[in-house]
Amino acid sequence: MDLSIFLIQTMNGVQYGLLLFLIASGLTLIFGIMHIINLAHGALYMIGAYLAWWLTSQVGNLFLAIVLALPVTVAIGIVIERFLIQTLYKRDHLDQVLLTFGLILVFDSLQSMTWGNDVHSVPMPEILSGSIALTDTLQYPVYRLFVSVVCALIALSMYLVIQRTRLGMIIRAGASNREMVQGLGLNIRNIYTLVFAAGTALTAFAGMIAAPISSVYPGMGSQILIICFVVVVIGGVGSIKGAFLGALLVGLTATWGQILVPEFSGVVVYALMAAVLLWKPRGLFA
Amino acid sequence: MRSLPTPIRALLLTLTVLAALFPLYGPLVAGDAYDFYLQKVTGILILCILAVSLDLLVGVTGMVSVAHAAFLGIAGYTLALYAPEYEAANILTALPVSLAAAALASLVIGLLIIRTGGIFFIMATIAFSQMIYYLFHDADFAGGSDGIYIMVRPALIVGDTEILTFDNPHTLFYVTLGSLVGIYLLLRAMLRAPFGRVLAGIKENENRVQALGYNPVVYKLAAFVIAGTLAGYAGFLTASQYGYMNPAQLSWTLSAHALIMVIMGGLGTLFGPILGAFALEGLHYVFASWTSHWELLLGLVAIGIVLLLPGGIAGLLLRLCARSAKAAAPDTGEPAGTPAPPRPVLARTPTTTATGGGALKMAANKEKS
Amino acid sequence: MLKTILKGAAVGAAVVGFMASAQAADPVKVGVMLPYTGTYAALGEAITNGMKMAIEDAGGTPGGRAIEYVVVDDESEPGKAPANMEKLVSGANVDMVVGTVHSGVAMGMLKVAREKDAILLIPNAGFNAATGPLCAPNVFRTSFTSWQTAYPMGKAAAHRGYKKVATITWKYGFGEESVEAFKEGFEAAGGEVVEEITLPFPDVEFQAQLTRLAQIKPDAVFAFFAGGGAVKFVKDYAAAGLSKDIPLIGSGFLTDGTLAAQGAAAEGIMTTLHYADTLDNPTNRKFREAYKAEFGKDADIYAVQGYDTGLVIAAALEATKGDTSDRQALLAAIRGVTVNSPRGRWTFSPAQNPVQDIYLRQVKDGRNVMVGVAAEKLADPARGCKMM
Repeated sequence: MDLSIFLIQTMNGVQYGLLLFLIASGLTLIFGIMHIINLAHGALYMIGAYLAWWLTSQVGNLFLAIVLALPVTVAIGIVIERFLIQTLYKRDHLDQVLLTFGLILVFDSLQSMTWGNDVHSVPMPEILSGSIALTDTLQYPVYRLFVSVVCALIALSMYLVIQRTRLGMIIRAGASNREMVQGLGLNIRNIYTLVFAAGTALTAFAGMIAAPISSVYPGMGSQILIICFVVVVIGGVGSIKGAFLGALLVGLTATWGQILVPEFSGVVVYALMAAVLLWKPRGLFA
Repeated sequence: MRSLPTPIRALLLTLTVLAALFPLYGPLVAGDAYDFYLQKVTGILILCILAVSLDLLVGVTGMVSVAHAAFLGIAGYTLALYAPEYEAANILTALPVSLAAAALASLVIGLLIIRTGGIFFIMATIAFSQMIYYLFHDADFAGGSDGIYIMVRPALIVGDTEILTFDNPHTLFYVTLGSLVGIYLLLRAMLRAPFGRVLAGIKENENRVQALGYNPVVYKLAAFVIAGTLAGYAGFLTASQYGYMNPAQLSWTLSAHALIMVIMGGLGTLFGPILGAFALEGLHYVFASWTSHWELLLGLVAIGIVLLLPGGIAGLLLRLCARSAKAAAPDTGEPAGTPAPPRPVLARTPTTTATGGGALKMAANKEKS
Repeated sequence: MLKTILKGAAVGAAVVGFMASAQAADPVKVGVMLPYTGTYAALGEAITNGMKMAIEDAGGTPGGRAIEYVVVDDESEPGKAPANMEKLVSGANVDMVVGTVHSGVAMGMLKVAREKDAILLIPNAGFNAATGPLCAPNVFRTSFTSWQTAYPMGKAAAHRGYKKVATITWKYGFGEESVEAFKEGFEAAGGEVVEEITLPFPDVEFQAQLTRLAQIKPDAVFAFFAGGGAVKFVKDYAAAGLSKDIPLIGSGFLTDGTLAAQGAAAEGIMTTLHYADTLDNPTNRKFREAYKAEFGKDADIYAVQGYDTGLVIAAALEATKGDTSDRQALLAAIRGVTVNSPRGRWTFSPAQNPVQDIYLRQVKDGRNVMVGVAAEKLADPARGCKMM
């Protein structure tokens, strides 16, 4: 293998890792920071993708569609947190499993009733539809680079907000100790709602921004669910940096695994996670 | 584990008798469809075994495993690979072999992951579950993604006499029902013994158990292997029922399904998961025969149960019992709270040290909120 | 939409049932076990639509009997397949079962069909074994085998002058059988498969594989993907610039039922399948027109397979004059059917799989246009079937 191929494949791995972080970013907030076991993460991702497809077909532009769809997803997040999740904070965490399992079924059903069962795709925005030549035969779509950049920006802003701002400090404190935050005279209820809504919107946003390169179809949510949990956990729960590095590691492992040990390509990511957890039972960068 | 209130014991006994007599009245109620309902009920009873054994881990010990179906699948596949092509496998040898495979797998995986806790334990079980899934899905030795047949169902053969065969749906039904009752009673007895109290203590506070001189790792591992072997037993019955195994039967989805049954039924109660299995499967069956949008109805019911019935179905029953007991004897002093697993006898020092890490944070959060 | 169709059919069946009751004939019970939820729901819908259309085209009461559909959503869940099949066979006592899409689920159904001797018509699932080692007198397939749809592409690829071809597919039965068959055909015609790339099912991140393909630069790439994965692969392949230099070929599932979503990226892809949108025969023209008018979208291969399943049921009932009590006569009637299908005339092989023309198609202007016949009256070798 010559150097250029090595570099391209490594870039593929990094780019896949960035995509994984993007897809899992909402879960990093909801599960990683707030410790809510949200099985409906994949369903929300799917809802985002379908909204992007449907609104793009109505208004003709993906970015406009995203602008229109985001408030809807924030509203969905607020409704779920206020009316469903909030009643469960005092209960066993497994009740969240049952609740979000129910939400998966509801979302899947609504998707099928509203938008049907066909496969769709979302056209790339015109200005980003070009590609860059990597070798004489291989090109790289500009839109993929754009997605990578968006992902890096999201990671950076999540990191800054969670680790460097007062709001982030309160969120982190609230996740580990509700009463302390309450004692500071802050309304923890609203903060929880805010974070959950942000996580929901981020998840749906990932579905929207990834739609032009991922196609839109029923069941797409359940396919990404497990890998998202892997990404959030492998680096160590509760840290944006950990999730980000974890995602890159998973992306690189999956990519190089498929090249080096194709017979075991289905297993490599999970073997990685098992190895990480056996070595460092609380995640790599915890 | 405390003994159950009399009304619940009566209910469980009635349900068992009703189930046992199903072959008598079933044909009158179901008519031509009786054969199908007998198989359907057998299938749910097998899932009950899976759910009850999972409750030992999740509800009793506090170990949330999403690898439980892997052990079901491993035992089922072992039977499929072990069974001769044109004759019945003898249960006398096939069952121990299948159970041993499940036990060995749960021991090896358990040894590796037992030191992780909380979320990390869940994720570790997912990792191994997925690896096992891809092993069976991607490789050819067991039929790959299309699955594998067991052409002739196992039979119990002693010497040259066939004592019973799973070819007979009634035999399989009674064996399954008897097994479920036996496993349930066995687990209850186990939980009443010191072993069970240590497990409950581990769920409450692992450090405290350790401080009292027990090694929690050993107890957790024992629970993991016992539960895995029982799941393997369910797998043996699953493979025997239709003679077909598919990688889907060792996927995390089936594990999650069993987990839903446990939560819906009531964590840590052992009888709750049985009711949960019947509720989930029964509702699914009824809704799916009404409409192609059955997912919507089932989802709404799941959400409704979690909002309205804390502690699941068993929680509701236990509350009802406690209320009526209170009404009958108002001065017993025992408050009728949520029926979370009873406080372990071990619990003495009520200190909680909140160290870092998600799982413990979760626990701390739970206690403080 | 499905609901309206079901309702419509129920009303139709009720009306017809009323008329037929004058002749004291109960409706024929047809069990339908297809995916109506999840990733394959669109396929289940198309097959159901096609099948009901064929029965209606036959006047609604073939052989003087109305048809009553007993529908089960198989959820593409293999673990539940035998129990769902039993619901139809033992629970509803249907006269025959139509199902399904997913090969693992069909395996589970087949086990029950063999044991209960129930008549099973498979309207899609192409795993070779169903009409190979597991063939049975009561099991029919109205669709294809993996082998049938991929083997002819091997010859066609060699004819186009490709010497070295790389293959890519998911690691699962349907994909591996298709690649295997392509390789058999291609190597028999003198070509060489230089690399067989697989991905875990159902992964859709293809960049590493696309880079690999650009690196080995084969004369062509044979791909097997279906559904959402096919859409994504074809789009990624084009976006990576590979389609300029390395033509993409495949079994027809790569571009069937997915073309609308693939758009321009699919232009030029050559595939082989037992159907092409532009087949020039009166049945196909009439079928496509009627399907579009009734359901508001273009018919695809799944609709055709459903339609043919309906034609088989109708023709067999006509032949037995609506008598389903004499099983042997009914089975013989099914075996003897010549199906005048939108895909052309076909008959059942001794293994009870269609003997059919396989077409070479190319995507032009968003349609799978027929280029030629890749294999005429092709029968699956049905290796291991004792009925051959």
